[in-house]
Order: sequence, then structure tokens, then C-alpha cells
Amino acid sequence: MYFRPAYALMAATALALAAPLPALAQARISIGIQQEPTSLDPTTDATAAINVMLTQNLYEGLTTVDQSGAVIPQLAESWTISDDSLTYVFNLVQGVTFHDGSPFSAADVVFSFERARAEDSGNPRRATFAPIESIAALDDHTVEIVLNNPDAFFLFDLAQGPASIVSEASAETNGTRPVGTGAFRFDAWTRGDRLRMIRNPDHRNADSVAMEVIEFRFISEPAAATAALMAGELDAFPGFPAPELVAQFEADPRFNVMVSSTEGEVILAMNNSREPFTDINFRRAISHAIDREEIIEGAMYGFGIPIGSFYPPHGPAHVDLTDRYALDHDAARALIAESGFDGRELVMRLPPFPYATRSGEIIQAQLAAVGLNVRIENVEWGFWLDEVFRNRNYDFSIIAHTSPNDLGNFARGPSYFYGYEDEAFVDLWNAIRTETDDDTRLEMLRQAQIHLADQAVHGFLFQLPAIGIFRQGVEGFWPSQPVLQLPLTEIAIN
Amino acid sequence: MARLVVRWPARLPVNLMIGALLVALVVGVAALSLIWTPHDHAAMTIRNRFQPADGVYWLGTDQLGRDIVSQLMVAARNSMTVALVAVLIGGSIGVALGLLASALGGWVEDLIMRVADIGFAFPALLFAIMLSAVFGPSLTIAVAAIAFINIPVFARVARASANQVWTRDFVAAARAAGHGRFAISRDHILPNIAAPVIVQGTIEFAVAILAEAALSYLGLGAQPPSPSWGRMLSEAQTLMFMAPHLAIYPGLCIVIAVLGFSLLGDGLRDITDPRLKRRRA
Repeated sequence: MYFRPAYALMAATALALAAPLPALAQARISIGIQQEPTSLDPTTDATAAINVMLTQNLYEGLTTVDQSGAVIPQLAESWTISDDSLTYVFNLVQGVTFHDGSPFSAADVVFSFERARAEDSGNPRRATFAPIESIAALDDHTVEIVLNNPDAFFLFDLAQGPASIVSEASAETNGTRPVGTGAFRFDAWTRGDRLRMIRNPDHRNADSVAMEVIEFRFISEPAAATAALMAGELDAFPGFPAPELVAQFEADPRFNVMVSSTEGEVILAMNNSREPFTDINFRRAISHAIDREEIIEGAMYGFGIPIGSFYPPHGPAHVDLTDRYALDHDAARALIAESGFDGRELVMRLPPFPYATRSGEIIQAQLAAVGLNVRIENVEWGFWLDEVFRNRNYDFSIIAHTSPNDLGNFARGPSYFYGYEDEAFVDLWNAIRTETDDDTRLEMLRQAQIHLADQAVHGFLFQLPAIGIFRQGVEGFWPSQPVLQLPLTEIAIN
Repeated sequence: MARLVVRWPARLPVNLMIGALLVALVVGVAALSLIWTPHDHAAMTIRNRFQPADGVYWLGTDQLGRDIVSQLMVAARNSMTVALVAVLIGGSIGVALGLLASALGGWVEDLIMRVADIGFAFPALLFAIMLSAVFGPSLTIAVAAIAFINIPVFARVARASANQVWTRDFVAAARAAGHGRFAISRDHILPNIAAPVIVQGTIEFAVAILAEAALSYLGLGAQPPSPSWGRMLSEAQTLMFMAPHLAIYPGLCIVIAVLGFSLLGDGLRDITDPRLKRRRA
């Protein structure tokens, strides 16, 4: 019998392949993400996915935020603040190098912040740096920043992606080949498919990082995202796009489901610089015509908390303004008539995210009920950034504003894509920023929400839920999202 | 004027009859939707979503509480309109080019047919995606893309048939009588290539329905609230386990329409193509 040994060998091989590797934890993780950015530089591009993937992982700031939302040290190991709250002295961590090998020093902090606050900088959160009077390197590892006026959010803002510390040598090429000081360094970006990072062995905390390879897969289509999870191609999908499938994944023992709130306010954005949205009557009519409950049920299958203004319901200063405009078709029609709207077709340009496209279809029907003719255009993300965000070429759009503490968007003036100009709000926002007493500031934040709801700047819809689907054994993801970041240094797969 | 006579066979082929029946069904439903649907196809009642089939909603409601029957009917109309307009435009231009190539011959013919070959090599979906990237997605763009990919198909059929007709005696007679090439093309060639062009048109109709469904599936065709079988399918995808009927009905509609026009085209070819007739005899 000659065939027996051959069979035995095959069986042995099959067994060896099938047997689980003993106690060797997996050191690579595939993470699904809905949005693919067009650049990898958080200091020049507002796309949320850049911060999700890279902030805290590849790029680091002077400060960072922990999962409770508290500011903790990162590249600055400690800092002192003068009694008048104007002078900050940061003591930097020593011995840090960028991924390209160049050493990190106070000069890089000065460079990064001077670049970000320059008149012509493309920084998406330039307001962070607006209160800065001067930045100086006291020595190689000490930076002194002097402010014009106290800023309650300064340390928190420095923890955000747009305040990442970059090196002068690589600042221009970070869009395609990002270089930072983080625990993971850039490996490859295959556009339309995936982004790969690998562990940075030179990082000061490298020993405690379990993952060797991080792979982000860009999948915006809910059906494709589901298929990839079911097939085991993905270990995690922290921002899963299909709420209708939560029950299915919850019933599946291979997965854990985590549902939490985010800082993302979903708004029906209106181009305030364009007719008919320049008229407050028309904007208020829209608020009267929108049925949030129906949108949340229809588009999000009940996941999502209604909002009446631009502030997360779990935040300390939240005021419930969802009843500010009752659902009232007659009132909406009357206000539209009062605005003298000519009845033209209005264009709703929607980015390629299911929360937006699905809400859009429902809102289109709701607006049709008060006599408005809305045409939906589902567009690609790059097109949305160019035409809606940069050129303000739209009537309606739907977008989640996922940055924390972003009420300041309404103080950005008419060049921001809202096209909204409101001196009173700019003054209020400046007062909020410079107020150092917590209680007074919370009270002013309440006023700001009421003001925006009064002005009906946009249709305020709901707080975007974070639906995370994780393969059994994947651990270390934050259960809540105080900032729009996805720290991966503590991830483990068992 | 001379014509090749198409003899109506005593017994119609089975595929023709089935095809005609299915096409009549789809076209009838599409026409009916112009004057009547059971409900307003766009009316949403979210609290009424995923209703099972009953006396009010004959096939139930979808994920936004819209009546499925009404949507399928209006989608049939959209699909037929897109296919008709696209095939008419693509067919007219294609046949005109084919006739021109055949009438002029020489380098003009070579040029037209080589350009048509390039058109064949161009993937239709890619072309549609390109168009909608430039102009934004809409039904008009879908029609333009489908019409465009039809041009070389008809140009090739028209030229091949026309080249045969040009060799016939009555054409020689017309030339001897001093008629010009374009007059002959119009008066003698065109009527005599009608049969293969109509057969091709019917088959292309099926292709166009499928193409429209594919484009809408990708979000490049009909935009909401205008329903489309393709978009209904794509929206039903994640709901497959929860509400499989949402995918089954539009899928069935596409099958019926495409099968109907394909069989009809096949059947028409069977009775108009003399070579096939001889083989059957």
C-alpha cells in the first residue's frame, strides 16, 4: 500500500494548518472605515477620517484627550499656566524622533504653530491659534506660548488633529506620505482601498503596543461592510454604516456590538448666503417642516438622539430645544409665503454616507409636503469637499459635524460653507472662549444654542450614533467618543 | 420601391409568443402607471414600514413605508422610457452612420467602422460613471450613456445589411436611373435593412433595461424619489435577512422585462432571417 504514507502526510499537514496557533495573539488588525480622505494631513484638511485614523496614532500633539474627554499630556510631559491664564510653558518629552529619523524639539512646535496660524494657512481649525500672541522656544525642550486673551479651550484644542506637531522637512508631503511622532508609522496608502500603518519601534511606549500592523479598509457601502465583517476580512468596524443590521450582529456570537453617542451633530445644512436661505422666515419654515422622529426612525432605525440646536445631548451645557419649532405644515407654508420664495427647484447635495443619503430622501419627502421641490444629488466625497464645502455651491446638504466643541463654526463668517454672518454670535463665541469661569461659560454656551435655534441657521436633526461592530476577542476600543479619534495603542486581539 | 417581403410563418415561434406576452405585461403596467397606481409611489409613512402583503398594500411596504406595487409600476415606466429613448437615439445615429459608411465606402467607411470599434471597446459603465462625475448623476446622463454605447452596435448592423442590399439588382436599377447615393440609401436601402435593425433594437432594449438597472443600482441612474428597480435592489441589500421580498420583487421585474425583450428579439429574428428559416424547414 503505497498511498498510505501520502495520505498520512496530507492529514498531518491539514491538521497542522487547521490547529489554532498556540497562545500567539494576533498582531495585525483590519479596521473598516466609511470615509476615505483625499489627503492625510490633518493640519490642512478638515476630513474627519484623517483624525480618526491618524491623530494619536501617527501624529501627536502637545496634549491629547483620554476616553473621558480629559486633557492629558502627550508630546508635552507637563505644563504651567500663569495666574492671568495668558502664558503657557510646555516642557516637552525628550528623546522623541519623527518617523523620518529627525529629532523632535521645541523648534518643531514653533514651526507647526506658526505655520498653522499664518495668514495664508489652510488649517481647518485656525481659530485654535487665533488667541496666540507669541510662540517662543525657551530652550530645545521648553516652549512658551503667550495668549492675547484667556482661552478656556486652548489645551483641549491642542489635542485635536489640526494642532498636530509636524516636522518642517515633511510638512509639505504629509498629504500623501505622513510623518509624525506617533506609535505607528505610515506604510502604504492604496487609494480607494486601504491605508496601512506599522508599529514604530522607536516610539517611547513601543513596548506596550500590541499591534504590529494596522490596516484601515475604506468601505462606505453598508452591504459591502457587512459582507466584509461576515467573511472575517475585518476585525472591527467602529463607525458601522448600517443601523438596520445591529440586531443581526448582536445575535451573532462571533461579534460584539457597541453603541454610543458621538460629538457628531447631523444637520440639514442650508446655504445661508444664498436666496431663499438669507430670509429667516424661510429657514424657520424648514425647521417647522422637518419631522426628526421620522428621520431617526426611517434612516437610523431609531439610533440617534434628536437635537434642536448644535450641541451634543450628553454635553454639560445641553439645552433641549427640539420643541422650539413644532412640526406644523401650515406654519411652514405661511412662512415660505412670507419669505417671497420664487418656488425654484432646490438642490440637495449629499455626501456618500448612508446617514446622509437616507435622511435626505426622507427630508425630500417632508419638504415636498410643504410645497418645496427638492432635487437630490448624491455625490462623491471629493466632489462634496470641492463644491459644497469649498465653493459653497449648494442649497441643502446633510453632514455630521464630528469635531468636539464646534459651536465656533457659526462664528466663522460667510466664507465658511454655512455662508452665515452673525456679528452677535461672533461676539458671544469670543466671550465664551475667553471666559475662564466654568459656570458662566456653561450658561453662555446655553445662550449660544438658543440663539442658533432662534436663527434656524440649519435644520438640526440628530446626534450621530457610533455603532461599533467588533470581532469577538478584539479589545481596547473606546466605548465612547469624546473626540473624533481612534487610539490604537491599547488594542489587543485575543 | 422594392422591398424584401417578410413572409409571416403559419406558426409563430414559441419564444416570440412568450416574449410578446411578457413585453405586453411590462409595457401595459408601465402605461397603466401613467394614469393609475394603487398608492402614491413616493408617499412615506415610516410607522408603516415593512408591512406584509395584504389587501391595502398588495406586495407590502418597503423600509420607508412606501407601497411596493406602486413603486414597481412607476419604476417600470422609468425603465421603459430610458430604454426607449436611449435605443431610439443610439439607433438613429447608429443606423445613419452605418448607411453613410455603406453608401460612401472607401476611407469614410473605414473611418466610421474603426471609430465604432473603439466605441465597442469602451465599457459602458465606465462611460456612465465618467459622465456623472462631470455632470452629476441623473436619469438624463444614464440615457445618454446607454444611447452612446448603442451607436456602434447599430452602425455595424446597419452597414453589414446595407452592404448586402447595395449589391442587388433594384439598387443597380436605381443607380442607372440616376438616383444619388443618399436618395438610394433613404428610399431603397433603409426600408430593406429595417428587419435586422428592428430585431437588433428589440435585443438592445433588453440590454438597455439591464444597463439602467445597473446604473441605478450604483446610484448613477434615477435619483430619489423617482423609483427604479436597480435602486430598489441596492437599497434592499442590507435588508435581505429582515425583508427579503424587498429584493425579490424588483429582481423579478428585471428578469421579466429583460427576458421578455430578449425572447421577442429572438423570435423576430427567427421569422425575419431567411437563413434561419431554411435551417428550420
